[in-house]
Amino acid sequence: MEKYITAPMDKATVRSLRAGDYVYITGTIYTARDAAHKRMNDAQDQGEELPLNWAGQVVYYMGPSPAREGRPIGSAGPTTASRMDKYAPKLLDMGLGAMIGKGKRSPQVVEAIIRNEAVYFAAVGGAGALLSKCIIKSEVLAYEDLGAEAIRRLEVENFPAIVVIDSKGNNLYETAAQEYAVE
Amino acid sequence: MRTIQVQEITKNIKEMCIEANHFLSEDMRNAMANAAATEESPLGRQILSQLEDNLKIAAKDMIPICQDTGMAVVFLEVGQGVHFEGGLLTDAVNEGIRQGYTEGFLRKSVVKDPLIRENTKDNTPGIIHYNIVEGSQVKITVAPKGFGSENMSRVFMLKPAEGIEGVKEAVLTAVRDAGPNACPPMVVGVGIGGTFEKCALMAKEALTREVGSHSEIPYVKELEEELLMKINRLGIGPGGLGGRTTALAVNIHTYPTHIAGLPVAVNICCHVNRHAVRVI
Repeated sequence: MEKYITAPMDKATVRSLRAGDYVYITGTIYTARDAAHKRMNDAQDQGEELPLNWAGQVVYYMGPSPAREGRPIGSAGPTTASRMDKYAPKLLDMGLGAMIGKGKRSPQVVEAIIRNEAVYFAAVGGAGALLSKCIIKSEVLAYEDLGAEAIRRLEVENFPAIVVIDSKGNNLYETAAQEYAVE
Repeated sequence: MRTIQVQEITKNIKEMCIEANHFLSEDMRNAMANAAATEESPLGRQILSQLEDNLKIAAKDMIPICQDTGMAVVFLEVGQGVHFEGGLLTDAVNEGIRQGYTEGFLRKSVVKDPLIRENTKDNTPGIIHYNIVEGSQVKITVAPKGFGSENMSRVFMLKPAEGIEGVKEAVLTAVRDAGPNACPPMVVGVGIGGTFEKCALMAKEALTREVGSHSEIPYVKELEEELLMKINRLGIGPGGLGGRTTALAVNIHTYPTHIAGLPVAVNICCHVNRHAVRVI
């Protein structure tokens, strides 16, 4: 089912999404990948504040290529989400509403998604040029020294994604592959 | 003896890094178009059509096909009649990578130390493989390798008794485990034989072989065809979201090996299987 949704995301929207839904996201999302997650985790360990309050927000696991002149961003497709699995449950427990990435998640992340009624979207991996066209504004919010791995605030318009793991824990990667598998 | 100034190598490598990251080779584009025409899953077709649009946007607007513009893998086949002047060849290759990635708006994805992880900020060093061959030419292949799929690659040190069935199971295991993480539809490079490192290198080289071409060894060609069919029965599909198009090709290279061993390497590449080739 096709759905048009806005970010940040309220719980009612997240609950209404089902694995397999094709969504177009409009609003504000934030990027963070390996190095930013590690730094946030270290900050939490030291009792320091994070650069933003993740409650209800959408994280996009993405590190863009540099922007050419006149463009907000370079190529901007999703990176493999499982590398953030170590850090995701803690952020979900802090209220993180949704994640956009690609690839499988650990059982611990799936449990945290169900526990917190969150959602995991996949964007099409390797479609970085196409996806960059849905990003209308990009600015570095924190950790600028990390370069491509800095935390960025993105304004997106009709950003296409697919619900892979919904708030009940239904997992499209498992069901869809079974549907097309030939014994 | 033919003299080549290493600055010429730098210039070519720079251009090839930019070219490979914006334009996919014709064999890959044809394989993608063919997959889009035959995929049974509606969502799979939608994803393949997005990927075709992505390639058009990348070429037209000069936006890298994928934001992971890779670690630059460079194969140099150097004719032994060539003499290089003007500096060290390895430095010239890395200078080409540096210029290509900084001037070409490509992402710098290389860290100086695997554990300290400080970015080198110019995507150097590259991974350079030299091979000395006959003649007085230099064949350069630049293959920027993304790590979503690189991370899903495997080496299996099989026992000779495991034979061809063991090889098939190893390849299918690697692809099954990679699933959606490797950005399918993928290209599967396989190296069989040699030593631990030789089979891995052959698997990487196999990825640069034209998609749709086959090994000249009859049983290896059959194995390529059988494995492609079996991989496409796994159901993983485009984006890992279900379908018949999980791989576009299985390319296998083989080499003599030891009486006690059967090394098998599986190097997986996503649908952005980039390589630029030039002969100078």
